Amino acid sequence: MGTWTPTAAGLVPAGLTQSAARGGIGESVRRPDGALKVTGAFAYSSDLWHRDMLWGRILRSPHAHARILAVDVSAALALPGVHAVLTHDDLPAAQKTYGLELADTPVLADGVVRHHGEPVALVAADHPETARRAAELIRVDYRELPVVTDEASATAPGAVVLHPDRDDRHAYRAPHPNVLHRQPIVRGDVAAAARRADVVVTGDYEFGMQDQAFLGPESGLAVPAADGGVDLYVATQWLHSDLRQIAPVLGLPEEKVRMTLAGVGGAFGGREDLSMQIHACLLALRTGRPVKIVYSREESFLGHAHRHPARLHYEHGATRDGRLTHVRCRIVLDGGAYASSTAAVVGNAASLGIGPYRVEDVEIEAIGLYTNNPPCGAMRGFGAVQACFAYEAQMDRLAAGLGMDPVELRRINAMRQGDLMPTGQRVDSPAPVAELLRRVRDMPLPPPLDTEDPDIRDLPGGLANTSHGEGIVRGIGYAVGIKNVGFSEGFDDYSTARVRLEVVDGEPVAMVHTAMAEVGQGGVTVHAQIARTELGVEQVTVHPADTQVGSAGSTSASRQTYMTGGAVKNTCGAVRERVFAAGRRRFGGDRPAWGGAGLRLDGGKVVTADGEVLATLAEVLEGEEPIDLELEFRHRPTEPFDPVTGQGFGHVQYSFAAHRAVVDVDVELGLVKVVELACAQDVGRALNPLSVVGQIQGGTVQGLGIALMEEIRVDPATARVLNPSFTDYLVPTVLDAPAVPVDLLELADPHAPYGLRGVGEAPTLSSTPAVLAAVRQATGKALTRVPVRPEHIVD
Amino acid sequence: MEFLRPGCWEEALAAKAEHPAAVPLAGGTDVMVEINLGHRRPGHLLDLGRIGELSEWEVGEREVRLGACVPYARIVGELGRELPALALASRAVASPQIRNRGGVGGNLGTASPAGDAHPALLAAGAEVEVESVRGARRIPIDEFYTGVKRNALRPDELIKRVHVVRATGPQQFSKVGTRNAMVIAVCSFGLALHPGSRTVRTGIGSAAPTPRRAAEAEAFLAGALAEAGLWESRRAVPPSVAKRFAALAAGACSPIDDVRGTAGHRRHAVGVMARRTFLWAWEAYRNGAEGAA
Amino acid sequence: MMRVGFTVNGVRRTADGVWEGESLLYVLRERMGLPGSKNACEQGECGSCTVRLDGVPVCACLIAAGQAQDREVRTVEGLAEGGEPASVQRAFLDAGAVQCGFCTPGLLVAADELLERDTAPSDADIREALSGNLCRCTGYEKIMDAVRLAAARRREAV
Repeated sequence: MGTWTPTAAGLVPAGLTQSAARGGIGESVRRPDGALKVTGAFAYSSDLWHRDMLWGRILRSPHAHARILAVDVSAALALPGVHAVLTHDDLPAAQKTYGLELADTPVLADGVVRHHGEPVALVAADHPETARRAAELIRVDYRELPVVTDEASATAPGAVVLHPDRDDRHAYRAPHPNVLHRQPIVRGDVAAAARRADVVVTGDYEFGMQDQAFLGPESGLAVPAADGGVDLYVATQWLHSDLRQIAPVLGLPEEKVRMTLAGVGGAFGGREDLSMQIHACLLALRTGRPVKIVYSREESFLGHAHRHPARLHYEHGATRDGRLTHVRCRIVLDGGAYASSTAAVVGNAASLGIGPYRVEDVEIEAIGLYTNNPPCGAMRGFGAVQACFAYEAQMDRLAAGLGMDPVELRRINAMRQGDLMPTGQRVDSPAPVAELLRRVRDMPLPPPLDTEDPDIRDLPGGLANTSHGEGIVRGIGYAVGIKNVGFSEGFDDYSTARVRLEVVDGEPVAMVHTAMAEVGQGGVTVHAQIARTELGVEQVTVHPADTQVGSAGSTSASRQTYMTGGAVKNTCGAVRERVFAAGRRRFGGDRPAWGGAGLRLDGGKVVTADGEVLATLAEVLEGEEPIDLELEFRHRPTEPFDPVTGQGFGHVQYSFAAHRAVVDVDVELGLVKVVELACAQDVGRALNPLSVVGQIQGGTVQGLGIALMEEIRVDPATARVLNPSFTDYLVPTVLDAPAVPVDLLELADPHAPYGLRGVGEAPTLSSTPAVLAAVRQATGKALTRVPVRPEHIVD
Repeated sequence: MEFLRPGCWEEALAAKAEHPAAVPLAGGTDVMVEINLGHRRPGHLLDLGRIGELSEWEVGEREVRLGACVPYARIVGELGRELPALALASRAVASPQIRNRGGVGGNLGTASPAGDAHPALLAAGAEVEVESVRGARRIPIDEFYTGVKRNALRPDELIKRVHVVRATGPQQFSKVGTRNAMVIAVCSFGLALHPGSRTVRTGIGSAAPTPRRAAEAEAFLAGALAEAGLWESRRAVPPSVAKRFAALAAGACSPIDDVRGTAGHRRHAVGVMARRTFLWAWEAYRNGAEGAA
Repeated sequence: MMRVGFTVNGVRRTADGVWEGESLLYVLRERMGLPGSKNACEQGECGSCTVRLDGVPVCACLIAAGQAQDREVRTVEGLAEGGEPASVQRAFLDAGAVQCGFCTPGLLVAADELLERDTAPSDADIREALSGNLCRCTGYEKIMDAVRLAAARRREAV
């Protein structure tokens, strides 16, 4: 983060200082890192440089499942400029595996590789080209093994078992060792309810493997330290989670692994798992030199966990008046070769599996598989995305079966505050599902296509000149979704904030120090806003994020503004109390108002509830030690889902968004242009409206991506990735992106700081099914799989 | 690796003669990808960027002499009237940044069936001027593509320019990709009406091992147009003719399934593009246009 | 290994010991201390490394270092005017067009070039000009806003 100064002691990042007379919560304050980012001065993890730095490189398996018979590194080591070559045998500690939840992932392959691209050996060299050539010279003898790639092959009699000696906490519940986790949810009496249904619709759906495709490649710099430890500068989503996994495999105590967040070029879940962190540290410790690793794009596609592909089976029933009687569903998520966060994704898919609807009688089963496909884990929407695609398709199918307007069917069944989730959890804050649908439906529609003299850039196909208006049909579709905010199922989710308040040159200045990973979402902006609001100061410095302060938890699950924002608010409140105490000590004898309730800090002054100024902050703090507090903040506790019934108060908060998609489809060629994706979302309270709208628009277009073009293609015969590049993994360009008008609803959640609701993920859910619904309307095709490819529309 | 920087064409030919395995480097939009990704480590890179004449074009009476390194962006901006299909294809190439660097010489040198320029060159009619220290020759475009990513160049030869027939009638180009910009062709189609010779030429991209013409479709259309006297009357073409032309164009494909598309969709889409591009071009012809629709 | 020299942001620079396969992007980032141009795909499919070569926007990852010899290169570090952010840079900040910011340098260079040759681009013109620059965070709406804003401000300033 910020600018970096290389010194003898390593890299010293500067904090981000912003001074604003206004700029509290609720305002669209500009990013404090913005000036650095538009001038090219912001130091991303791939930009770091150090004197005597070496380049690290990872040799990866070309096979998805193979036994390693022998590894010969002698030719690589003999290459001039090569400083180290490491294999599994060189790992320094007894702990040789790591993982977010289960430590099932080898740091370097231990005799067997379980997916295409698994790391096998490491090289450190004086130039990237030297490192590449050395990696090529490492001779690895593989004996290929059969692969399992889906539920049928993974659970077939005699199927190879990926992790035969499982003793993890999910193993006892798993029906097969290749099933990592299974979560059923049962409520009511589905069989009886089904008999009341006038219309029943079923569907089988398939969701392709999406990639986060953040632009900044995995990268970082490890610098060996004089104390035998290592300083690691890296782009990640959760410093302390990395630290917990890194230190044991280095054989170092955590205090000897000092981590600092480098600039992060996007994340979207793809940096929750470790990538190059341990590898760079191992090479740095072995060579005694700073080591930088930067993934290539191909390596990035092979080297991080993707969004789980899924197969989903649904049955929905309703009475003739459109009331849902029951839902049955089964969701199969492919977790690939290692656990990553699959178990939590399964919990999300199950508990959010029927969407934001009131249904008394429900049977849900979600499972996560171990296969030889690429590992899958966290991506924006986390299990709820796959389910939303399917249940919203079902709602449209049901509406068709009932002869009812799809929005009206959703309105009739829309969840409201006080309703029960399938898990039995009561939704105890606003749930404006019907209102959000009404709002997107009532937004003005974009004008019809100009068929007289269309600009090809506005048409499906764009610059490729495939249509001058012929073959194009417009479609409109709606969808709504529900996402949990924060970590669920009893996880002790907390964040830490350190706040320091002092007077410098007569001015009160605040410093906020957290370990929150700023990945682009704008947390640093919001922290400064919160400090201004809570402490009444203008100048706030956001300290670089590092492990010298307590954990902030992950920048994921839409949780950071709630959790670390909440922590900053909480610590600021305690600092404020110290200010009042100091004021009472100094001036309380003369002014009884110091003892009154409702004191606040505003405009650099201590002010009573009636607006009377008691003193300036400078007067109170002059000559005092800086007030410097570090406190933890927790949301209310959740509980695990029951292993058999799935019942439990599992989620902290819910967030809701609805979309209306307008598309133009070239029905002869199967090409789609999304004209508009209107979104309405309840954000509780928009702490920074500009950032909130940016999050919604970005999430919306990621949802468009999986609807129409994004997919990691894996050869089912070999489990090899076929398209690890931006040439063939297509993310939307600006000519694919529609207008995204956003309508913000702000209904406070009484349990959350400022009433806010996490915003980042919900728009990624409903975007995809809305686009699909619109394409279905335009084409009349069932389209049960995403991404939709041209041949699905045409065939 | 050695970086060769010839200052003129003769030096380039001499360098290529001395190092026949040297890889010519122009816009870099193919070669540098292979180097960055570690797929290729040539002993010599032969930078053609300093040879000014390769970035020049000249309009003659019958043809445009197009330097191998004239970037696509300039073809779009400067040659839309003379080479309408190629200009349309050029605008569909990759991204603005690539269009600022890449040129037709690179497309021809790589000879990927997905290269966007090929269908336009096949439709317009062209000859590729290649040269070595042994001498120069002109290879008809129909004989240039010899296999998947293979062409008729000899190891010591370099592509100097392309002689593209100037448009005497409307031309079109379409390409199907799964994104609305910056996408490699799933398949593509070029079409040129040649009213002078009463012929129609076509080019199919990315639906066969090499770029190719739809010869049977061309012959059918020429016959149908002549038979009904449509070149002279400039009347509308019966739908059955357009439909048959489309079917024959689709039939000229020998596509494969790959990560970008299926064989079936490629064949189908070529048919749709053939029909549409022909109808656009014919409409322009009926309206008296000489350039692109 | 070779020596390469060219002008960057108005200053003549040279680099020694350059491997012949190195790209201009690598030389800028790793040898000249100019990491503003970003490395996101190294195959011309993302636009993050967009720089101007003799005035023309190109992907620096696809220029061999030797091809830049004696040419003029302008990077995002050279956009600011007299230490002040250029109008297009200010517009990106004001419009909220920056999130993670990794695509920002390339987009700024491309947008700046567009506005230099077209003071009143249509939305379709902006989209076409920026279609070689991927952004994964914003969904492009705020980027469109930023370019419209920069264009309007430039027109007002004239």
